[in-house]
Amino acid sequence: MALLELRAVSKRFGGLQALANVSLELEQGTIASLIGPNGAGKTTLFNTLTGLYRPDQGEIRFQERSLVGLKPEKITAAGISRTFQNIRLFAQMTVLDNVLVGMHARLKTSLPAIFLSSPQFKRQEQEARVRALELIELAGLRGRENEWAHRLSYGEQRRLEIARALAAAPEILLLDEPTAGMNGREAQSLMALFRELIGQHVKAILLIEHNMRVVMGISHRVHVLDYGEKIAEGCPEEVRRNPRVIEAYLGQGSWMVNAQS
Amino acid sequence: MDLALEILPQVVLDGIVLGFMYALIALGYTMVYGVLEFINFAHSEIFVLGAFVGVEVLLLLQSAGYLATMHPAIVLTLVIVSGMVISGFAAMALERVAYRRLLGEPRLVALISAIGASFFLQDGLRLFESLWRNTFYLNYPTLDFLERAVPLTANLVIPVKSMLVIVMALITLAGLHFFVNRTRLGLAIRAVAQDPDTASLMGVAVNRVIALTFFVGGSLGGLAGVLFGIHYSLVNPYTGFIPGMKAFTAAVLGGIGNIPGAMVGGMMLGLLEAFAASYLSLLTNGAFGAEYKDVVAFLVLILILIFRPKGLLGETVRESKA
Amino acid sequence: MKRSLAGLALCLYVALSCALAYFFPQSALAFLLVEAGLFLLYYVPAPRRLKISLGALLLLVLFPVLGWANGYYLEVAIQIGIFVALALGLNIVVGFVGLLNLGFVAFYAIGAYFWAIFGSPQANAFIGGNLFPLSPNWFFVFLILSIIVGALTGVLLGLPVMRLRGDYLAIVTLGFAEVVRALVNNLDKPINFTNGPRGIAPITKPPLFFRPLLEFFGADVSDAKLYPLYFYFLILFLVGIIIWVTRQLENSRIGRAWKAIREDEIAAAAMGVPVVRMKLLAFAVGASFAAAVGVLFAAKQVFINPESFTFMESIGVLAMVIVGGMGSIPGAILGATGVTILNLQLLKGLSIWLNGLRQSGAILSIPLLGSYPLAQLPAQFEPAKYERMVFGLILIVMMIFRPQGVLPPGGARRK
Repeated sequence: MALLELRAVSKRFGGLQALANVSLELEQGTIASLIGPNGAGKTTLFNTLTGLYRPDQGEIRFQERSLVGLKPEKITAAGISRTFQNIRLFAQMTVLDNVLVGMHARLKTSLPAIFLSSPQFKRQEQEARVRALELIELAGLRGRENEWAHRLSYGEQRRLEIARALAAAPEILLLDEPTAGMNGREAQSLMALFRELIGQHVKAILLIEHNMRVVMGISHRVHVLDYGEKIAEGCPEEVRRNPRVIEAYLGQGSWMVNAQS
Repeated sequence: MDLALEILPQVVLDGIVLGFMYALIALGYTMVYGVLEFINFAHSEIFVLGAFVGVEVLLLLQSAGYLATMHPAIVLTLVIVSGMVISGFAAMALERVAYRRLLGEPRLVALISAIGASFFLQDGLRLFESLWRNTFYLNYPTLDFLERAVPLTANLVIPVKSMLVIVMALITLAGLHFFVNRTRLGLAIRAVAQDPDTASLMGVAVNRVIALTFFVGGSLGGLAGVLFGIHYSLVNPYTGFIPGMKAFTAAVLGGIGNIPGAMVGGMMLGLLEAFAASYLSLLTNGAFGAEYKDVVAFLVLILILIFRPKGLLGETVRESKA
Repeated sequence: MKRSLAGLALCLYVALSCALAYFFPQSALAFLLVEAGLFLLYYVPAPRRLKISLGALLLLVLFPVLGWANGYYLEVAIQIGIFVALALGLNIVVGFVGLLNLGFVAFYAIGAYFWAIFGSPQANAFIGGNLFPLSPNWFFVFLILSIIVGALTGVLLGLPVMRLRGDYLAIVTLGFAEVVRALVNNLDKPINFTNGPRGIAPITKPPLFFRPLLEFFGADVSDAKLYPLYFYFLILFLVGIIIWVTRQLENSRIGRAWKAIREDEIAAAAMGVPVVRMKLLAFAVGASFAAAVGVLFAAKQVFINPESFTFMESIGVLAMVIVGGMGSIPGAILGATGVTILNLQLLKGLSIWLNGLRQSGAILSIPLLGSYPLAQLPAQFEPAKYERMVFGLILIVMMIFRPQGVLPPGGARRK
């Protein structure tokens, strides 16, 4: 029984069929990649998964329940967390606060406890702070917790987004182009982070990626979208040789070069 | 019931006159929103400025002795043109001073500045008139020609000043339609409204187009002000606020950024208000009367924004970059 | 060493400024110096315990003593207190969550009328039995009830505007406040709820339960002396609670959720923040603050009418939050203090000074332009009446040059 199952998910915007009959399974303990040319519908799939859009048809099942129709905050509370393609940090808040917001669903203090500053409240805040600092360290941002988020460098902001997403203690982590704009070395260290996460923090990771080195290097499984349809699926080697995939990417010869190194 | 039917034609006329005035003001809001996605809160003061320019011109003519001797058409032309031109320039100046620097910032910054400008202009007008004429409640001198009325039927009497409003509004709306849809400048405005970056790449001087939009919107507001002043006689610096809010509601009702929408919205709101003013008391058995007519506009705003936020004719704002 | 010196300097400052204010009761400057003392206490680095003790001394002892000698100080302090409370409430909605509420005064009005109707003979107009006005002891009950009433109204206003974008939300909240004012102005028929534009009076004041105690000490216990002090401590207490509640909320997941919504609503939802619920909570909390001070306001003024609750007041409170610094508690307090003083003392003082000039018969000579007898200054030109112009200018200038306010959250290192 897969951890996350999408069955025949379709989404249309006016005249555009953004997703057509997409099915996908995410197994526990795996890292899967979602690839495809620009405009293929990858981010739309993420948005539909996380409740930003409602699928016109199809089913999304996680932990024995359907996620279709649930509001984004409910889906996060259920255990799916994400980052964004264009970094969406809380700019005028500190690094620490950004991560702490991620914990919103996990902190259960009531209003009276907050108003009266009860010991339970103080303890929860303290524990949350400790955990947030751990995540900040995990993301390689130790010591920066009191800086404004907008002051971080691009790569650091991406890692902060990941730390924030982890704060929600998700079972599944969705990462939208996490290595975009990074050089080889940064991407490698991020890959190491992903492997570490699978072992200890999350049960599965689904990535959208354009960097084929990352995709080939880290995925257990690769899913390929083109024009809203899933055109291939398999282990990285299989997908790389799949003629339909090559055809979809025709003209973007660079990935063939990358994948051979 | 008979009474209700008897007054109906007059109510409809009042509604139409009111509707045209709201439409003229609403156009100012909608055009600026169309190119900048920004509510020019101070537009209501541009409207009042028009009314004041009108009254000053008339009073000047009166004190110079020309009012009685000049042909009414010339008087009216003078008043209307000066109102429109000065309001137009004032709107341009407003944009230059209070808004231009702020439009890159978060939306609310410009809106707050607009509110500040609105307040500043209100008291500014008051200050000017206090120093100039020692009072800031001014009365339009009556022009006999305008006060005449044409009785159409037993129930319907059309004062000339109402006809003036209707005629002027129709001419202006037709002119605006022509301008926006058939001229190059109008095309430039539409281009900037849709996509300022691409428009600029196509060689459109975006800043100048914005200034032009403010001028056109401002002059329409000024025209509305002059007509308002002629119609209701008494003006003070604070009378812009409520009509301004209602006109904005009309713009939203028709679809913000949408020029025909502003006309439709203005007309609907005018009629709605006229009906409310005359019939509310009858409908509620005297419990709620004409004093609630202002509330009507607000209720319309809420309902539209909840149920059909894009307005009746759909909004025309920038295409958002995904 | 530096901190102890600073502490000593603070003590001296407080002592001197209070002495000045005591011996020169007409001096607005002395009064301003005393008020500035509070801010110095907050910002100057000095031993914490000393600062807290000095602050407590200033607020709880020195100020009342000054006020006992000169009732005007207390009046200003109470006004400042009321606006501080309002600014803090608005700060939650505008500053933390980023929702531009232009009709905040509606909640204030609702609170005020809530007590005014039942704490005066007004309610007899629609509830038989001659039960009203309620006895003064009910004041405290209504103070607490107003928090609930305010919260409910906040939610009621919040619900329709939840999904509106920034500028629309602003206009709708503005309209809402106008509707409330129209209702208050016109609900004197068919049933007389609010007595319309005539207003409601007399409104019962809270009971002077400590009067016997003071009589025992032989103090002057006339109403005129005691009530200003009473209201001063009441508002101080209320403001203290409001500051406490706001700070607690700010430093909890709720405050963080609010700010996250302001920064990026979609990302906040993706992180598990229940956006609608948090927005409604912000409206409710802000409204409840306003309603509570409204009750106090009504009792203090003894007479209220719709004219106290106009759009101008809403913008005034907004100006306070903006000038002080949106999203910052010290900012809201500074803004409220500054703007109230500007209004009550500076503008009025300017008016009085100009009047003095007018009557002095002095002549102003401007080189090249000739002389101008000041008696000719038009009577219409009275600065106190040009509040709007001043506010408007403040808003424009602040937005252009310092939109984050004087004391933005996180200090001046922002941006």
